Amino acid sequence: MSAKTLYDKLWQAHLVREDADGTSLIYIDRHLVHEVTSPQAFEGLRLAGRKPWRSNSILAVPDHNVPTTHRTGGVAGIEDPVARIQVETLDQNCSDFAITEFHMDDSRQGIVHVIGPEQGATLPGMTVVCGDSHTSTHGAFGALAFGIGTSEVEHVLATQCLIQKQSKNMQVRVEGNAGPGVSAKDLVLAIIGKIGTAGGTGYAIEFAGSAIEALSLEGRMTVCNMAIEAGARAGMIAVDQKTIDYIAGRPYAPTGDQWNAAVTNWRTLVSDEGAEFDRVVRLDAKDIKPQVTWGTSPEMVVAITDVVPNPEAETDAVKQTGMRKALDYMQLTPGTAITDISLDRVFIGSCTNSRIEDLRAAASIAKGRKVAANIKQAIVVPGSGLVKQQAEAEGLDRVFTDAGFEWREPGCSMCLAMNADRLEPGERCASTSNRNFEGRQGAGGRTHLVGPAMAAAAAVAGHFVDVRELLPSA
Amino acid sequence: MEKFEVLNGLVAPLDRPNVDTDAIIPKQYLKSVKRTGFGPNLFDDWRYLDPGEPGQDNSKRRLNPDFVLNQARYRGAQILLGRENFGCGSSREHAVWALEDAGFRVVMAPGFADIFFNNCFKNGVLPIALNAGLMDRLFAEVEATEGYRLKLDLETQTITTPGSEVINFEVDAFRKYCLLNGLDDIGLTLQHTDDIRAYETRRRTEAPWLFGDG
Repeated sequence: MSAKTLYDKLWQAHLVREDADGTSLIYIDRHLVHEVTSPQAFEGLRLAGRKPWRSNSILAVPDHNVPTTHRTGGVAGIEDPVARIQVETLDQNCSDFAITEFHMDDSRQGIVHVIGPEQGATLPGMTVVCGDSHTSTHGAFGALAFGIGTSEVEHVLATQCLIQKQSKNMQVRVEGNAGPGVSAKDLVLAIIGKIGTAGGTGYAIEFAGSAIEALSLEGRMTVCNMAIEAGARAGMIAVDQKTIDYIAGRPYAPTGDQWNAAVTNWRTLVSDEGAEFDRVVRLDAKDIKPQVTWGTSPEMVVAITDVVPNPEAETDAVKQTGMRKALDYMQLTPGTAITDISLDRVFIGSCTNSRIEDLRAAASIAKGRKVAANIKQAIVVPGSGLVKQQAEAEGLDRVFTDAGFEWREPGCSMCLAMNADRLEPGERCASTSNRNFEGRQGAGGRTHLVGPAMAAAAAVAGHFVDVRELLPSA
Repeated sequence: MEKFEVLNGLVAPLDRPNVDTDAIIPKQYLKSVKRTGFGPNLFDDWRYLDPGEPGQDNSKRRLNPDFVLNQARYRGAQILLGRENFGCGSSREHAVWALEDAGFRVVMAPGFADIFFNNCFKNGVLPIALNAGLMDRLFAEVEATEGYRLKLDLETQTITTPGSEVINFEVDAFRKYCLLNGLDDIGLTLQHTDDIRAYETRRRTEAPWLFGDG
């Protein structure tokens, strides 16, 4: 037997059939559903007189549209009537087809990519799909997880399968020790800066190396979450003891004999020694500093100690055009120190950085400090109701509110600004989310992506600052 | 799905890399529970000078004269030229629905994001990847020639320019078959129901924890 990559193992374990040209039918174990990309799929299912193939493979939750300010009044209390209809539609579809849904008022409700792992509904060795590009998050558990469009949501509902061709294999190795104040977010932003936003197109990326192994599962989720920002539909990390420990005892995790059998199986979910990758990229963690994006694509990223780059130095004409448009949109001048960029708002949240570890990192910086006077708003949006409860049990909510941050209800919030949380035209935001596209956080808004501690540091300084200067002394 | 066979269409250029799906259709329009009606809001933030909200009468909004697709010469275009990494970002199929609703049946670019590329085929839109040098030339020709049209033939996988130059393009055989015949993927997959059942039976023995209710 030839040595196999983790991706190849996951692919082969889910292959239902394969045609001569490589067009394959692969089986889907877990289907996560939210309100935005599912209504048309359920409608299509109904129009064709079909039903979900396996309802118990599905877990649904409203997250994109839900208000984060208050939940009094339930779904009927959602002020935006169009958003309300979408949440009601999800409720109705799940009710009609006997699908488990964590409703808006359920303490387990939260961002779909936070609750899957939290519940143990994401398990190693699974194929996990969702009509959301950040489904790559779940690859942190040694799962094959990727985002799909609404037609594919309908396809999985109807057949439990997807038609695909196998991707190429890329390994991104990050070796060495990341310094204090350098987070998983900084690692993945540095990776995207190196390979570019299309660098992973056509590949499944496995993240490996000692710096990745050293991360908690929360950190690994942050890294895999942004695989799509490097162009790869799927990112993944091999199973180790930390993975197994994270899953043990979670509501959807197997128990008893099945647990033991599962763990035996999960321990094989690593790339074999000598497995060949089509492309290998290496980074040294010790070279990675806290990162800040300056432009309108996640690859437009530099270290906090750098300056805004000059398009004149770019030799590729198309890239140069892209840089000019980005600088114009962001209203930044080449040569400006990143630490001289002042901010209007700060957002801590999203499927990238809203887990308990992220909130702890941000709170450690906010503790005993105050949000700067020039910051109009700094909000902290926990990833789920359970993350919120945990944070409150640890007193993090008080740390944030004492410092002048707002403490919100869980949801996608200002990551994509589908609900009321958004930037006004021209406002500049330090955000722990995953996309700095034009208008992503509100039409005309300007987004800089950073890690959670860096966002908290920016909130208290009013401009970007090297979080390593604010770290609590050991 | 609408069949795709031959198209002789007007070409419009969108000369910027990394056109993301948030730009193609901004988030506020994703609240719709329908598949249709997204066309007037295609590239909404670039196309209009005033902010857009669902339910607006778009004909009363101020068009941005600097946005290329607002130029009269590109009205009715069915073929869009793009740059590297077209369709990156969110998985929202609404991006393809918006392009299709606005009349585009073909997008040509040096590279596409995987999810967007896949979504195109599910909606009768043909994404064609061409090398960057060739794309440079097409951009130059379109900008230089008002009324520039290209003829696409999916069966023969050829693009014919106004100068009668013939350019070949690649397309996956299965996807081509589905597009040519306007076939529904789900119907095709359900022809393999026995294979899916057999797989499930085997996996339930090997890995029963994957089938639990939790």
